[in-house]
Amino acid sequence: MTLRVNGELAEVAFAPHKTLLEVLREDMGLTGTKHGCELGECGTCAVLVNGQPVLSCLALTVALEGHEITTIEGMAQGPDLHPLQTAFADLGAAQCGYCTPGILLTAQALLEQVPRPSLEQIQQALAGNLCRCTGYIKIYEAVELAAARMAGEPAEPRKESVYGWE
Amino acid sequence: MAGNNGSKANGLKVVGKPWKKVDAAEKCTGQTKFADDIFLPRMLHCKLLRSTVPHALIQNIDASQAVKSPGVKAVLLGRDLPTLYGIMPVAQDEYALAVDKVRMVGDPVAAVAALDEDAATEAVDRIDVEYELLPAIASIQEALDNPEPRIHEYGEYGNVHRRIAYEFGDMEAGFAEADFIREDTCFYEGNTHLPLEQHASVARFSHDGKLTLWSSTQNPHYLHRTLAKVLGLAASHVRVIATPCGGGFGGKCDPFNHDIVVSKLAMMTGRPVKICLTREEVFYCHRGRHPVLMRTKTGFKKDGAITAMHHRTFVDGGSYGGHGVASTFYTGVLQPTTYKIGRYKFDGVRVFTNKAPCGPKRGHGTPQPRFAQEVQMDKIAEQLGMDPAELRKRHLVEPNSITANWLRIGTIGLGKCIDKVLEGSGWKDRFRKMPHGKGLGLACSAYMTGAGTAIYWNSMPHSGVQLKLDRSGLVAVFCGTTEIGQGSDSMLAYIVAEVLGIDPFDIRVVTSDTDITPVDLGSYSSRVTLMAGNAAVQAAERAKDYLAQAVAEKLEVPASRLGFAERRVYDLESPDKGVSFIEAVELAETKFGTLGTTGSYKPPKAPGKFKGSGVGPSPAYSYCAAVAEVDVNPETGWVKVNRIWMAHDGGQSINPVLVMGQVEGSIYMGLGEALMEEMVYRGNRNVVHKFPSMLEYKSPTTLEMCDVVTYLLEDREPNGPFGAKEAGQGPLLPVPPAVANAVYDAVGVRIDEVPITPEKVLKAIRTKAKGQEGRYGPLTFPECEMPAPITVPTPQEGGDGKAVVREPVVEQK
Repeated sequence: MTLRVNGELAEVAFAPHKTLLEVLREDMGLTGTKHGCELGECGTCAVLVNGQPVLSCLALTVALEGHEITTIEGMAQGPDLHPLQTAFADLGAAQCGYCTPGILLTAQALLEQVPRPSLEQIQQALAGNLCRCTGYIKIYEAVELAAARMAGEPAEPRKESVYGWE
Repeated sequence: MAGNNGSKANGLKVVGKPWKKVDAAEKCTGQTKFADDIFLPRMLHCKLLRSTVPHALIQNIDASQAVKSPGVKAVLLGRDLPTLYGIMPVAQDEYALAVDKVRMVGDPVAAVAALDEDAATEAVDRIDVEYELLPAIASIQEALDNPEPRIHEYGEYGNVHRRIAYEFGDMEAGFAEADFIREDTCFYEGNTHLPLEQHASVARFSHDGKLTLWSSTQNPHYLHRTLAKVLGLAASHVRVIATPCGGGFGGKCDPFNHDIVVSKLAMMTGRPVKICLTREEVFYCHRGRHPVLMRTKTGFKKDGAITAMHHRTFVDGGSYGGHGVASTFYTGVLQPTTYKIGRYKFDGVRVFTNKAPCGPKRGHGTPQPRFAQEVQMDKIAEQLGMDPAELRKRHLVEPNSITANWLRIGTIGLGKCIDKVLEGSGWKDRFRKMPHGKGLGLACSAYMTGAGTAIYWNSMPHSGVQLKLDRSGLVAVFCGTTEIGQGSDSMLAYIVAEVLGIDPFDIRVVTSDTDITPVDLGSYSSRVTLMAGNAAVQAAERAKDYLAQAVAEKLEVPASRLGFAERRVYDLESPDKGVSFIEAVELAETKFGTLGTTGSYKPPKAPGKFKGSGVGPSPAYSYCAAVAEVDVNPETGWVKVNRIWMAHDGGQSINPVLVMGQVEGSIYMGLGEALMEEMVYRGNRNVVHKFPSMLEYKSPTTLEMCDVVTYLLEDREPNGPFGAKEAGQGPLLPVPPAVANAVYDAVGVRIDEVPITPEKVLKAIRTKAKGQEGRYGPLTFPECEMPAPITVPTPQEGGDGKAVVREPVVEQK
């Protein structure tokens, strides 16, 4: 079967019952997509299909021929990180880093639709992605920071985000 | 007022600055290799057959069909791994696979290695186990009521695993000095870590007889020892590589049966073997928060001074020992670290039950008693008509003092922390003054910066660091620490960079590989920054000495006059005169030969000299204070936490943005425990977990997480590297009691039980409406005969830290 992953066509052979999560990780070596439950409960395995977040553990790969699949490996453009990736690094928004790929891609989909989301919109968009390390705070701040930078503002993390309140 | 050091960290160049983590780019691009991301040629997949019954003798296992199943390369049973193990020397009570008996639903009984996961799953289904069912024990009370059948053949008696009893000072005198005595009972339900990464490991056994295990463990060192013991291999032939851990929180501290099983299967098949647990299996691995029932009798004066406290805990251990003996100590030993307690008595009882084993979860054994203590402080303040903040501030433990139970306290920033959260939350104008349904609650805590004693008795360093420098200018740091997301790899780079005057990204950090890196005990007890950080400082200072000597010769200035900064080594008196860092290394390599240094760290000796005094001492204690603001709907009992103000005294931040992340993450996890997380079982239905899934085990999503306002108090701690204390666990502790105290402020009912669910709040509101006590919580407390306590006079009583030798009891007629 031919899959379109991160803008490239790839011929992949796999058992027809395999989920997108399994094919990406096991047959294509794209282990950047993680899994936390394999039951569609935690959002860890989210990838983009035609720009929309999809839980790859619930997606049947054979149904995805001709669709544009984006994984975390396809997020950076060449040597340049996506502004979301840079903002996550700036704010330590990836602690253990395990939920990070799914959250980054979900946030990317949000910013495509809503370039300057409110906090509530960020919370709604990420409500299906569990993170046990950060309490989500640094993630919100990183999404806001990336959105500002993508809008062309020379934004830096807020002092309170980095050092706490005086 | 000293406080947040902000961007002005007293002349430091790297430490105290919000650097990116050294692994940030990898983690944000999906390049980090977690254990399940490892695929080796010819790798087999392992599945475990787990017990479907909570307590039974194994009569027979028929694996004949599994052996013949397609794709199966090996089947492993308990008798193939007959050596007991457990992380604590006093609790060697686990088999990798059940040998004669299962003690919980989920106990592994057999294992299969096959060509793929599907084949392994199919084969496991073909194994037949005949069980002879035994009555199961599902609660603390059932364990006390039913000494037979015993879940384990060791322990105190019946199903009592361990009893501990300590008496610090003359309790009778302590209570006699009190103006008031009150006794409160509360319960803290168990909950679990729920790391996003399911536990995974990959084993490879080479034909030269050497084993390599990649594991999601937090503690490669203890796993290393366990593998050598159970597999009968020389430790020097066992290599454990802890892969970056996708969330630990204490849940990956124990050496696990699946780590041992895949190792054995690799030895049997000569092929690499991988296992990745399902989410349901992760729930049964557990090792999380113990359910603890507590009763605290406290004597206090009219001004709130605590003259005596008798704190009792019953600890539901689940089916194995694990860290449980230490956990039981922790349900009592840290109580005297926040407010002065004149005399202190502590009784702890851990029981075995047929549930998933409990163990260390963020805060290890201390969130439960801290809840008891901080809710009781709120009640004492109410009883005395005092402001609860004033009560606490008036009786804070003094800096550089020794508590009644012989813990040495160094720096304590708790008073400042309280002031910060009072100011931030508008406490003075809002506490007890808001409309019905809105409330504020205050709670405080302290936590260790590293356990003062290793898990097995030894006098060797707790952490070691090696440094390699060469003419490339690269500095490589080798250390056994394990990166679990807390930033330990980065911490090593920041500290070495600070000492050597280079950029942290000039450093290569190599960690958690028992073949290559010096021993570090592991990522637990908030020990890593202080212990490995101090070892790194020592190693870097020694490297700096070499460089300074070589550069001094070249520049013809005394070595003591050299500065190290901005990748240069220069004369402090004429900074233009100097060499680049690379040149400095070249000069040193020329003068001394190949360059390498080591550093190591051992915690200071504790002042207590009695049996059991090893649990509780720490080189430093972090402190924090929290105020929670809640809305409680009196019609539904629904509690919404709007905001938490948290002030954390963590000493000098090595990297403030990472400390902020630890504090925020701790608040989040505490919020989950306070409101919703519970590890509960169907006692009447086979003691199965009620909801071993991420959907039904409720944890906060973005929609439940509250706003957070964090203050960092950065007064330097002399025992910490550059003055650092811990940040990763302490800030969890005040969250549940702050929420409980806020609920009382909002609707006037006491919820003496965690989690604080709407059902409980509503019940308390309704009983209050009926004119009864507005409270939800345990009413009774079990009886258990305790051994004679270890009696230690307090420092104030002139004690020397040793236990009083008892005269033999003469029976009186």
